[in-house]
Amino acid sequence: MTNINFSSKFKYGNIFSLILILLSIIFIFLKGLNYGIDFKGGTLIELRSNNIEASLIRDVLRNMNLGDINVKKFGQEGDYLIKVEQTGDNNKLIPKIKKSLSDNLNSEVNFRRVENVGPKVSAELLQSGIIAISLSLAAMLFYIWIRFEWQFSIGSIIALFHDVIITLGIFSILSLEINLSIIAAVLTIVGYSMNDTVVIYDRIRENLGKYHRLGISEIANLSINETLARTIITSLTTLLALVSIFILGGEILKGFSFAMILGVLIGTYSSIFVASPILKTFKVSYKTLEKEEDKIVP
Amino acid sequence: MLNFSKINVLIIYLLFIFIAIFSLLNLQKEENKFFEKKINLGLDLQGGSYLLLEINSDSLVEEKIQSKVIPIKKLLKDNGINYENFKINKKNLSLNLDNIDKFDLLFNSRKDNLVNPYIDNYRSYELEYKKISSNQIEIFFSKFGLLTINNSALKQSIEIVRRRIDDVGTKEPTILQRGEKRILVELPGLKDPERIKSLLGKTAQLNFRLVTDNNEFGSDELISENGEKLKVSKRIIMSGENLIDAQPNINNQNNEPTVSFKLDRLGSQKFGRATTDNVGKRLAIVLDGEIVSAPNINEPITSGNGMISGNFTFQDATDLSLLLRSGALPTPLIVVEERTVGPDLGEDSIKSGITSLIVGFILVILFMLYKYKIFGLIANTALIANLMMLTGVLTILEATLTLPGIAGIILTVGMAVDANVLIFERIREELKTEKSVIHAFDSGYSRAKITVLDANITTLIAAVILFAFGSGPVKGFAITLGIGIVTTLFTAYFLARHLTSLIVLNSKNKEIKI
Repeated sequence: MTNINFSSKFKYGNIFSLILILLSIIFIFLKGLNYGIDFKGGTLIELRSNNIEASLIRDVLRNMNLGDINVKKFGQEGDYLIKVEQTGDNNKLIPKIKKSLSDNLNSEVNFRRVENVGPKVSAELLQSGIIAISLSLAAMLFYIWIRFEWQFSIGSIIALFHDVIITLGIFSILSLEINLSIIAAVLTIVGYSMNDTVVIYDRIRENLGKYHRLGISEIANLSINETLARTIITSLTTLLALVSIFILGGEILKGFSFAMILGVLIGTYSSIFVASPILKTFKVSYKTLEKEEDKIVP
Repeated sequence: MLNFSKINVLIIYLLFIFIAIFSLLNLQKEENKFFEKKINLGLDLQGGSYLLLEINSDSLVEEKIQSKVIPIKKLLKDNGINYENFKINKKNLSLNLDNIDKFDLLFNSRKDNLVNPYIDNYRSYELEYKKISSNQIEIFFSKFGLLTINNSALKQSIEIVRRRIDDVGTKEPTILQRGEKRILVELPGLKDPERIKSLLGKTAQLNFRLVTDNNEFGSDELISENGEKLKVSKRIIMSGENLIDAQPNINNQNNEPTVSFKLDRLGSQKFGRATTDNVGKRLAIVLDGEIVSAPNINEPITSGNGMISGNFTFQDATDLSLLLRSGALPTPLIVVEERTVGPDLGEDSIKSGITSLIVGFILVILFMLYKYKIFGLIANTALIANLMMLTGVLTILEATLTLPGIAGIILTVGMAVDANVLIFERIREELKTEKSVIHAFDSGYSRAKITVLDANITTLIAAVILFAFGSGPVKGFAITLGIGIVTTLFTAYFLARHLTSLIVLNSKNKEIKI
């Protein structure tokens, strides 16, 4: 077992987390999030060509007066992802763009993917995404409240907010696209971070019952150290799988796996440096448990 | 925790084999199937088109409220209620009445109410009215009246969309109602949805109307196929409803593609009468408000067979006859969401998905072997069993595997070992204080149980919520993640525990390292 004095470093952790959260909030509100067509509406076209230049595609599209256009490399040479913001009449717009590209690019063009989301649907998708994330946070709060005491519940939920906000903040800073799969990633992060927190909380609860003389700082410290090997190993295996998706899983899964990698790192950090110190703030002790002794299972 | 009764062991392994064996069904050859069950590939993996269509019943409501004008006027006249200022607005009718109380009685009578029928299902009338001033009222559709209009339009639209898509002949289309206004269409394997989109984008309301200067019924000025401006009477001689068949044809005389049609008895009669009375005049064939052609009526057509020509290509003629055969949509359909994936991108996605799965899997397995040696082998066996069960369950459910779904499986690989890691680490701790190895393993398993459960249920909650709110590919992720958690718990707590017990109990309390 390791014997690292985590609780002496909680202070630095708190400052570090606060700075990150503040930065994230500032960026999310001032710079905003880079919503993909799922949430903003618009048209996305992925095409494969014989090594044409992005500027050529831009010129062709600019001549069509489509409003804001975004062309970027996507994977291998000659593959591009085009985003058009205009959300006019889908039935006519897509064939028009396709024809114009096929006619004006001096290359065979293979349209690998075409997506179009209307403004109404994108608003609904965004709404259901927000509901899903809020609901999952509420469900976690409720679950922990049933399984532990309210102090734990608050601690874990603050850790979750911490993870979600910082992940989104980093996405804002790096201007990475937020689409449906990022919502899936955020929800999985919520599950994963909770999972990590629960393991430490479980041990804290067990140790509170075992060592009545120790204060919450020592208990937290002991518990974190006892579970540290597991925390690191599980993060490592999960990261191994995620890095494999990130590198080999193709362009479509890049954003998703990147968000997950961030989430696992932040989630692991937060279960040690955010979720545990909060119990100290609430002055949790073995007495906290006694009131509800009957309902505790182990 | 290490003692298994024989019957328990039997149940565990039988259950495992029963579920895992289903995963093998996916290896069957397409033509020689032993059992019809397999994991379906999502559109993002096999290529295809996803369309979300929305009906817009506004124009229909407008039409329906207009159709109430004559019955309402008749009701008022028959009962001696005087009215004035009768106005037809977009969504309502407004009028002044001299006796609102009497009107109210008639308007809201349940018996034989032809003007404002009572809808039993909803316990509501079709129409409602509200007083604007002491003698002025506004009549409009009630909430349930609108709902009835909407629902029947949606039902009819789905039927016609199905007919049109079947007629084009794509393989295994999925056509489903989504909510109150939408139709979901999935067309696997379809490379280019433009033809289907253009077919679904037309309401295909076909009318035969006379070209006339007579303004008796009102007229529209329409442009003919040759660019002439024509005054076309608003009176509809016959509509597409009376068509029973339509086929593309090549005209023998000038080799032009045409559409020949056949009318039902009522249609034949109407058409016969109209063409007899109007020989020498021009008949405009109007499709969705545009003239297809406006030929001269040379002689009466009483056979019920006719022909439409109008600068068609053969594809146009084929599409038009398809549209006429399938019938008119009650309202225009708008594509509100479209996602099309080409087959080669789908293949690439499968390839990269599987590659990353294999690599991730091997990395995790090597790591566990390095970390836990013999027990790593147990964890890895459990992991393989886990994957087999996961694919088995997906097969039993005939679930749809999407690219995010594959990501869910890889993530399961990474997270599944967590259960065993938790247990092994706990056992390591117990070994330090416990003298008996068997005891240490025993209490390791029982103490870690709660933690393992708690930790996995949280992820399961996230998966369930994602499944409820996610759409398409993301749902596929929620499915694999959720099932993965359940199979993980089973393999860690039953299979791996049993394998561990075999090693521990056979070691006869010798030194065991973990």
